[in-house]
Amino acid sequence: MRLEPRAASSLTRSLSLTVLALAAALVFASLLVMAAGANPLTVFWLVAKGAAGSQFAALETLTRATPLIFTGLAVAVAFRAKLWNIGAEAQLYMGAVMTVVIGTGAVTIPAYGLIPLIMMAAMLAGALVLLGPALLKTRFGVDEVVTTLLLNFIVILFVSLLLEGPLKDPTGLGWPQSEKVIAEAKLPRLIKGKRLHFGFVLALVAAGIIWFIMKKTVLGYEMRAVGHNAEAARFAGIPVNRVLAKTALLSGGLAALAGFSEVAGLKGNLTLDLSPGYGYTGIVVAMLAMLHPLGVVIAAIFVAGIFVGADAMSRSANVPSYIAQVMVASALLAMVTAMMLMRYRIRWR
Amino acid sequence: MPDTAGDEAETVLRLAGITKHFGALTANDAISLTLKRGEVVALLGENGAGKTTLMNILFGHYTADAGRIEVEGRPLPAGEPRAALAAGIGMVHQHFTLAEQMSVLDNIVLGTQRLFRPRLDRRAARTRIDRLARDYGLAVDAQAQIKDLSVGERQRVEILKALYRDARILILDEPTAVLTPMECEALFATLKKLVADGLSVIFISHKLHEVMAVSDRVVVLRAGAVAGTRAIGETSAQDLAHLMVGAELAQDEVAPATPGPVLFALANARTRSYGGAGLNGVSLELRAGEITGLAGISGNGQAALAAAIAGTLPLSAGTISIRGETMARWSPRQALARRLGRIPEDRHATGMIGDMSVTENVISEGYRSRRFSRLGILDWAAAAAFARQIIAAYDVKCPSEEARVRLLSGGNMQKLILGRALDGDPEVILASQPTRGLDVGAVAYVHRRLVEARDRGAAILLISEDLDEIQALSDRIIVMSQGRLSAPSARGARSQRDLGILMAGHGFDEHGSASDAA
Repeated sequence: MRLEPRAASSLTRSLSLTVLALAAALVFASLLVMAAGANPLTVFWLVAKGAAGSQFAALETLTRATPLIFTGLAVAVAFRAKLWNIGAEAQLYMGAVMTVVIGTGAVTIPAYGLIPLIMMAAMLAGALVLLGPALLKTRFGVDEVVTTLLLNFIVILFVSLLLEGPLKDPTGLGWPQSEKVIAEAKLPRLIKGKRLHFGFVLALVAAGIIWFIMKKTVLGYEMRAVGHNAEAARFAGIPVNRVLAKTALLSGGLAALAGFSEVAGLKGNLTLDLSPGYGYTGIVVAMLAMLHPLGVVIAAIFVAGIFVGADAMSRSANVPSYIAQVMVASALLAMVTAMMLMRYRIRWR
Repeated sequence: MPDTAGDEAETVLRLAGITKHFGALTANDAISLTLKRGEVVALLGENGAGKTTLMNILFGHYTADAGRIEVEGRPLPAGEPRAALAAGIGMVHQHFTLAEQMSVLDNIVLGTQRLFRPRLDRRAARTRIDRLARDYGLAVDAQAQIKDLSVGERQRVEILKALYRDARILILDEPTAVLTPMECEALFATLKKLVADGLSVIFISHKLHEVMAVSDRVVVLRAGAVAGTRAIGETSAQDLAHLMVGAELAQDEVAPATPGPVLFALANARTRSYGGAGLNGVSLELRAGEITGLAGISGNGQAALAAAIAGTLPLSAGTISIRGETMARWSPRQALARRLGRIPEDRHATGMIGDMSVTENVISEGYRSRRFSRLGILDWAAAAAFARQIIAAYDVKCPSEEARVRLLSGGNMQKLILGRALDGDPEVILASQPTRGLDVGAVAYVHRRLVEARDRGAAILLISEDLDEIQALSDRIIVMSQGRLSAPSARGARSQRDLGILMAGHGFDEHGSASDAA
């Protein structure tokens, strides 16, 4: 067996391979469901119903997709330039920290001024967290996979320190949590009485802006050129290190918006369980979307749907909701395989 | 067949009707070929004619869609390199497949030992390698590490590797591309000894005079099919060139230059080592309307010189000046802003971004200009128009300007690079190995464009490992060795042999580093 590169992959092949990949993931997951003693069809039906079977379910899926769109975009942007940002989790938390630092009463101006201010500050904080590893990479050749990954743990411990110290809510009965953000810093709910908030709209806008940047602007062109062939880019006069620094700022800023939108739109305050790994899941989302900014939206909703649906399913069928992790993970593996098959054909001798 | 001489010798290899498609492209179209014992058959063809595909099929890297292969009368199973090895086929690739950190001996015996064997019989292996080396004039130290060897020595190790495995059929893919003239002659002598001992050789090349010098028969491939087979006694270089390109090829006579003022100068330039030697106190002046040819064996500082001029390698000492202005900072952007056009040595790694489109590649040097972008927004329509303009003006064969550059042949990629570099009529042109790996037609095209640029007054530095190219095009020739330059010589003032001696590093101390004093 060997691989031969393909000249080009047709749209039909790309789409059918994507569908096949997801089907393969489902087949794999159904084996586990059967091992858990349940009927896969019932379980998948329950997952689908739990993800989109009612207004409540659908809104919950979109709510869950919101941070994933931001972290997915962050990863997609960085990976395009081959800046391996594994640290979206850390950048998300820094965004959340800035949100509570400014949003809990330190600045009191009307919402139309305060929210943009907080967003800017959050993005700046997230951007700076990734700028460090990016500069270490361009100056000293330090592997950013290692630095960004390890920074996740450092930042989460730092947040823990803040929540036990300066940011601790004095009325929080000793729990490590921050104060609630003030009303002017809150993102409005999209539908009265539901959890879906304005952060989702911001995420969609962000996806549109990133699509525009990648497709139409000098910066997007530079990022793609650096990602595809940094040596040729440098030879052509593209300032590779500066482009990587800009990529880091953009990527870190996007991930930080996930933290901002979770605090300002949903939770109201900062706790250590703000993110159940949205930063890492963002990698899955970006890969499923093949790094396409608009694909990130679809992939984020898909992944969020599986998580939300699996929660609902596990309440009615006797299958643990961990099956969602397996489904997402196997979808990722199948998708990565499919992407390889889009670029190569397998020759069985 | 009236070929009586051939009937006496046994046919050791027969390819019949080999056909291979890659999508819509037919790389090999019903190719048939025979190889007799003790014969050198040259496989001649332009790049993309299907030579490498055919050899990859023979060696089992690809499977043919149709056709069969027989070695000494027995069919060779398709797609099994192991079977090809066992049948006595040895291949020396253009890019060597040696482990740098291991000794010559270890590289040669690698893969010939059984997996579970307590220890290697080094002494026997050593004796055998030494004997092979002595018999065929392949002098190389079996204990040396590969990383310490020159390119010519590495090639000898590759040949020894094949012989050690009892190869009876040796395939050499563009073996002379990396060798000095002297090393080429040694290689040809080795080949003569090998065939005298009854081995058979397939010699892949696109250099006509080598094919004429070394082979008994020539099979010419054109566009994937056999364009003709000739016994060497019954053909001429013109005839073969005609078969190769399908049209008569006029050798352009380059008119003498009329040099103008110095447009670009390096003074006492030094750099760290870079792809071989660094610059070791290099002074160089390039004049308007003149092509300066830089000859030298690969790894003697040409890469460093090209990178320093292109702006990707900083000088550790010395100065760069362009049109009399000494540059405090020098970068690709500075170079482009001062109208220096650059053709890099490696199209794939440095020249083009393979996974991006033709359009995206041709604007990579100029995308910041108002022509292609305003306020950070790219004007893709203008970019595509520019790409179509280059495609038309430089006769680039590609499906459309949207096509990924990876899908283009080497010659078409080079035309794109040429189009990008020569856009806006640069005053100084750095052409680093501009025709490496190109076919005859594309080489002539690139040469014509360079001479045109010279004639409109550009100062051109042509760096090449191909002495024929240097001598054909250059108005002045400089030889580089170990990071230093020889004194320049006018066109025709030094013989190929004298240049070869300089290339080997002799006679530098007397000449010292060169300026334009000569």
